[in-house]
Amino acid sequence: MAAILPMRTAAEMALIERYHAEKATLPGAAEARAAAFERFEKAGLPSKRVESWHYTDLRNLLREAPPVAGETSALGALEFDDLPHRLVIANGRLVDGKVSAGVEMLPLAVALKAGRAALGVAMGEAIDSVVDLNTALCREGLFLKVTGDATLHLAFAEYVEDRRSVMPRIIVEVAPGVSFTLIESHTGPNGVAYQKNAVVELLIGEGAKVEHIRLNAGGDKALMLSTLAAKIGTEAELSSLNFTTGGEISRHQSFITYAGENAKLRLNGATILKGRQHADNTLVVDHAVPHGESRELFRSVIDGEAQGVFQGKIIVRPHAQKTDGQMASNALLLSDEAAMSNKPELEIFADDVVCAHGATCGALDDSQLFYLMARGLPRVEAEALLVEAFIDEALEAVTHDGVREALAARVSDWMRARKES
Amino acid sequence: MLEIKNLHVEIDGKKILNGLTLTVKAGEVAAIMGPNGSGKSTLSYVIAGKEDYEITEGEILLNGQSVLEMEPNERAAAGLFLAFQYPLEIPGVATMTFLKAAMNAQRKARGEEELTPGDFMKRVREAAAKLGINPDMLKRPLNVGFSGGEKKRMEILQMSLLDPSFCILDETDSGLDIDALRIVAEGVNALRGPSRGMLVITHYQRLLDHIVPDTVHVMAKGRIVKSGGKELALELEKNGYADYVEAA
Ligand SMILES: Nc1ncnc2c1ncn2[C@@H]1O[C@H](COP(=O)(O)OP(=O)(O)O)[C@@H](O)[C@H]1O
Ligand SMILES: [Mg+2]
Repeated sequence: MAAILPMRTAAEMALIERYHAEKATLPGAAEARAAAFERFEKAGLPSKRVESWHYTDLRNLLREAPPVAGETSALGALEFDDLPHRLVIANGRLVDGKVSAGVEMLPLAVALKAGRAALGVAMGEAIDSVVDLNTALCREGLFLKVTGDATLHLAFAEYVEDRRSVMPRIIVEVAPGVSFTLIESHTGPNGVAYQKNAVVELLIGEGAKVEHIRLNAGGDKALMLSTLAAKIGTEAELSSLNFTTGGEISRHQSFITYAGENAKLRLNGATILKGRQHADNTLVVDHAVPHGESRELFRSVIDGEAQGVFQGKIIVRPHAQKTDGQMASNALLLSDEAAMSNKPELEIFADDVVCAHGATCGALDDSQLFYLMARGLPRVEAEALLVEAFIDEALEAVTHDGVREALAARVSDWMRARKES
Repeated sequence: MLEIKNLHVEIDGKKILNGLTLTVKAGEVAAIMGPNGSGKSTLSYVIAGKEDYEITEGEILLNGQSVLEMEPNERAAAGLFLAFQYPLEIPGVATMTFLKAAMNAQRKARGEEELTPGDFMKRVREAAAKLGINPDMLKRPLNVGFSGGEKKRMEILQMSLLDPSFCILDETDSGLDIDALRIVAEGVNALRGPSRGMLVITHYQRLLDHIVPDTVHVMAKGRIVKSGGKELALELEKNGYADYVEAA
């Protein structure tokens, strides 16, 4: 009798073939890649039957695995123009830019081959198919070692005319006591179904402070998968904001592990969706040690027939006493067809902790709208004011004024475009 | 200036206003007094254009023009202002941002230039000082965490900045201590003038000691049941509403 093989989709078969074809030339980390591939081969692309992918059926959404995007030199306008230190990463490859003193930069391939960096170290206990896929196949990316206070903007831009895939991997090691701001922007062409699977790993040393801001302004047909994996050291702080406005299908996942005591995390999300966009924010915050603090605030504004997803899990391990965790996801639905799925979860195995979560979902408040209109604001302006204020709370995590204002301006432009259409 | 003719209003099939008729002339300050639940706030909301109500009969005219088909912001631009009984808290919207947006929206609707930042600041500072409003309050989100009295002062601040031609004050006295009441009344009195009409809604007579009305109307069960001069307020204070409610 023949062995029963799991039914594979065309995309799964292409990805498996790609690994076998490229295996010999993939740079470094052979063991980690082999282990990740083995898990991927076994599990395949996650379907809605996989609990953590229930609302984003990737197996169904990722129908084919297009070829890797080629080199490009066609650079267009980039986000956050006024930031001094910027690396331009076009189709996954570093093409331009400089880092400040205090930041050492190596191409991913060089760092992996030299054993300076490893894949998956920041993932903690978490296992995820999309990360596995990136681990198995990634070639492009950077290793950054931050030993002095610095701000760095990674401007990822896709220049593709046809279906292509990009799988960058960024590994950042932040030395103890250092303050580092990492800004990622992701842009790409509208109308092209390109696929992106970007993984950022952050290893945050003792007492270091990291601020991370990610802007998803991908093309309107793009599949945008992204992961932030972070390990926070003793008394270290991480603040991360994911701002989603682009992409047809987006999923941003955060896997955060506390590696030392008295660490602090602030994880925020701001999502504005319209048309038939789908965006998923999934996070797992793993309090593996005592005295950790975490604050999560996710705000979504959903118009048209778009769908938002929030899945947040806070795990408090048995000895992680005095953990203080608070998580909230709030959605504003601007149309009758807009939808939001909220799934906050607490898995608490310690007894001396303070943890809470809340999720809300609703329309704009009619009484507030009436009040503003009674003062002379036309409906569209009154709505814009309320929506901007709603998103602003999630943007408060951004300490860089220019970046925060640029993100706020996106919300107001988005509302303005909405009334014109 | 404001003419309400035979106004019938329902909400969820429940009749709240029952053929209310009232006229307020330019330069006149009219008071409406009535027991709780008689429909005073409903009347003010309907004039300002709140959506929830069904107007089954009647007419509301401002300067001879029907307002019933107008959006609330269009009514505001036409000169109408309602000081809310319960001003709304708007989290995340800075009071200054809101004031500027409101003033400029009305100017735009009237075809006027936007205020310069300097001019705007000057106007707000002066008006706030007159009402004893702490400048720190203006930096906070609109009405969020304000005391009842602070909210009422903020309403009057908006009223003086927006310079409306017809003002409705819905129980502006509730939540005010006697000093605050005096300040707010001064603010209102400063706006009295030959071209401006006012409708002052109150439950108690005490506000009318400070804002002396030209006419007083008693409202019960969704109608005006008696009209008279300012002495009517004193009579109500003495004898209460019971007789009028029974008669309505
Ligand atoms: N949204 C509403 N739904 C149902 N009934 C309402 C609503 N608003 C007001 N009412 C009713 O209408 C009546 C008049 O209320 P209101 O206008 O607030 O009176 P007043 O301001 O004179 O105290 C009351 O019986 C009140 O319960
Ligand atoms: Mg009332």
